Amino acid sequence: MHREAYCRRKCFMGVNDMPISSSSISGRTDSCSDWTGSFSRTSRSSHSEDRSKMASLGCFLRTGKNAVSVVLRREFSKTPPAAVQVNVRDALNQAMDEELERDERVFLLGEEVAQYDGAYKVSRGLWKKYGDKRIIDTPITEMGFAGIAVGAAFAGLRPICEFMTWNFSMQAIDQVINSAAKTYYMSAGAQPVPIVFRGPNGSSAGVAAQHSQCFAAWYGHCPGLKVVSPWNSEDARGLLKAAIRDDNPVVFLENELMYGVPFDLSEEVMQKDFVVPIGKAKVERQGTHITLVSHSRCVGFCLDAATVLAKEGVECEVVNLRTIRPLDVDTIEASVMKTGHLVTVEGGWPQYGVGAEICARVMEGPAFNYLDAPAVRVTGVDIPMPYAKILEDHSVPQIKDIIFSVKKVLNM
Amino acid sequence: CRSCTRGAASMVASSRSYADFTPEATFDIKKVDLHRLEEGPPLTATLTREEGLKYYRTMQTIRRMELKADQLYKQKIIRGFCHLYDGQEACAVGIEGGITLSDHLITAYRAHGYTLTRGGTVREIMAELTGRRGGIAKGKGGSMHMYTKNFYGGNGIVGAQVPLGAGVALACKYLGNDQLCVSLYGDGAANQGQIFETYNMSSLWKLPIIFICENNQYGMGTSVERSSASTEYYKRGDYIPGLRVDGMDVLCVREATKFAADHCRSGKGPILMELQTYRYHGHSMSDPGVSYRTREEIQEVRSKSDPISMLKDRMLSNNMASIEELKEIDIAVRKEIEDAAQFATTDPEPPLDDLCSHIFANDQPFEVRGATPWTKLTSTS
Repeated sequence: MHREAYCRRKCFMGVNDMPISSSSISGRTDSCSDWTGSFSRTSRSSHSEDRSKMASLGCFLRTGKNAVSVVLRREFSKTPPAAVQVNVRDALNQAMDEELERDERVFLLGEEVAQYDGAYKVSRGLWKKYGDKRIIDTPITEMGFAGIAVGAAFAGLRPICEFMTWNFSMQAIDQVINSAAKTYYMSAGAQPVPIVFRGPNGSSAGVAAQHSQCFAAWYGHCPGLKVVSPWNSEDARGLLKAAIRDDNPVVFLENELMYGVPFDLSEEVMQKDFVVPIGKAKVERQGTHITLVSHSRCVGFCLDAATVLAKEGVECEVVNLRTIRPLDVDTIEASVMKTGHLVTVEGGWPQYGVGAEICARVMEGPAFNYLDAPAVRVTGVDIPMPYAKILEDHSVPQIKDIIFSVKKVLNM
Repeated sequence: CRSCTRGAASMVASSRSYADFTPEATFDIKKVDLHRLEEGPPLTATLTREEGLKYYRTMQTIRRMELKADQLYKQKIIRGFCHLYDGQEACAVGIEGGITLSDHLITAYRAHGYTLTRGGTVREIMAELTGRRGGIAKGKGGSMHMYTKNFYGGNGIVGAQVPLGAGVALACKYLGNDQLCVSLYGDGAANQGQIFETYNMSSLWKLPIIFICENNQYGMGTSVERSSASTEYYKRGDYIPGLRVDGMDVLCVREATKFAADHCRSGKGPILMELQTYRYHGHSMSDPGVSYRTREEIQEVRSKSDPISMLKDRMLSNNMASIEELKEIDIAVRKEIEDAAQFATTDPEPPLDDLCSHIFANDQPFEVRGATPWTKLTSTS
């Protein structure tokens, strides 16, 4: 991962379906700097201005023919008038900053988190403010520093252990599972482990197979862990605060392509003690005909699909899981019992995945009797992630896949 | 050979106490091999009568406790993994003699001896082995997962405990409490990559950690010559100063540990000790321990280097205790073990209500899926 390429990659990821000419690519690259800095979506302007603005919304992944009108009409969430616009990266940064200030036992370690300001700039400014003791650069030794982080948690500190991406956590997965997740149980409550493991998860843009895996299902499988997957800035801020304040190991799955995306945050959300409870999903959009359950970046796709489908008279209810483990089955069931139809949407692979678990739970619970059609999953394609853009675009769920699946389930 | 000079040991002549015993004596101890150190621990160790009796009793307790565990395992009252520590008692007892209970310690799965020296009782250790509710981990952990204050187990994954120990040491430095962490591993684990990662970070950040390699010559069925390109484990830390110590002599271990502790507490960063020791049992209860080594070898160590015998001989030949007194201790220990075994075999198993508890700390109770969708269990903190 290179700093320069980081910016470029995001710009490429704009518009999946639309044919991309090389000129428009360079156009996007030029306007890349627009959104790495502060990005404001202010008053409505002309169609062509919006189009160029949209082109520079690199990591929004607004796709499809109606992308422009989608942008014009989009609502991120139904919050009261915004106090401030914050992107996901800054939301995470502020959350860590506030928690570092609040509790002296909290500290951050990982590769490049200190003097580099973070590989993805999530920890920008923290080392300058808190110094070497609390923001620690580690060598490239995941198994070692994850173990050190867990040991520090044993001894009463509250570490935040960053994996540069969750792909590298595989080097350290024994420490996450066997040393962190299981210890409170094995010790019959004598030894709590208040640790947060965080980092970007899932597919990015052009980083190929070894750097694109989604670990929600892997970690979501294990008792003793809490696993969260924020979508927007409110999620990121509130869940990270909750995770740091939690006395248990929390796997915090971020998404690189969401880091630069701004969202409106209300005054309430900007309060220092604002937390999003772990284990509670959020209904981002009310609907009546079908339930879409998703997490992380795919929530945005679901909302976009919902907007498109609304024009055909289909009202989708979009559930943002926020937490993978423990799964908020109650919210999912209530929604399915209302709509009678279910489509799950995730970036990870289908086999033994998050969607599979949701479907199984719905089968085993009261909501099954309310289903008018089998529940289906929209997932990443069951292959290692290819590199070429056209192949990569076809390896991840797209908005058209969601729309297609909804129509199939509704027999339209 | 590991024997020290006994009869010729220098004595501190002092007035006789009421018991007519020598209150204190100084013994020559084996010279320690040094790596990147100008000076090592002293060549003599002073032992008081009280210390001697304490070390004797603790080592004997560990010995008898492990032998009882052997017995209970063969009776199938203990099941699963059981890795016994008999032969290595001088390590656990000597280390504890060089640190305090406010220091920290972590080891691998051959942990029963450490659980005792770190404050656990024989009763709760044995009841954990038999999986009863009175066990030190309420029956949830078993042989490899026992914890006490400032003792972080008992760890089943070979080598994983070493970075954990460095994390504990990091916390000590972070909190500025002048404490240190002893992080133990065996000759088998000594080749683990994560241990070298830990050497690196501990040295970079000058963590107050004492790495201790308990070299009992065999990693399961593999002798050190067959597993390690370099068997000089005290040098494997490379830039970390190291000591190779006679792990069968409790005084050697104690003096080396004191030396290492001083090194850490003076802010110099990590230090590495290799304790040359021996286990009488096989790797675990499923290993007879004689397919990869000879019975003669085991017998030779028992007769020439047994840690308890060595201490006993020292004390007797210096009139620090009488044979009767030591025999009384033996009897008391035997009784303690018997009582503990009795408790461990009669205490009830954990209640089924406990099945799902202790998943999360400080949390509301929550539902846990049982084996079927209709089995709804509850987890409490």
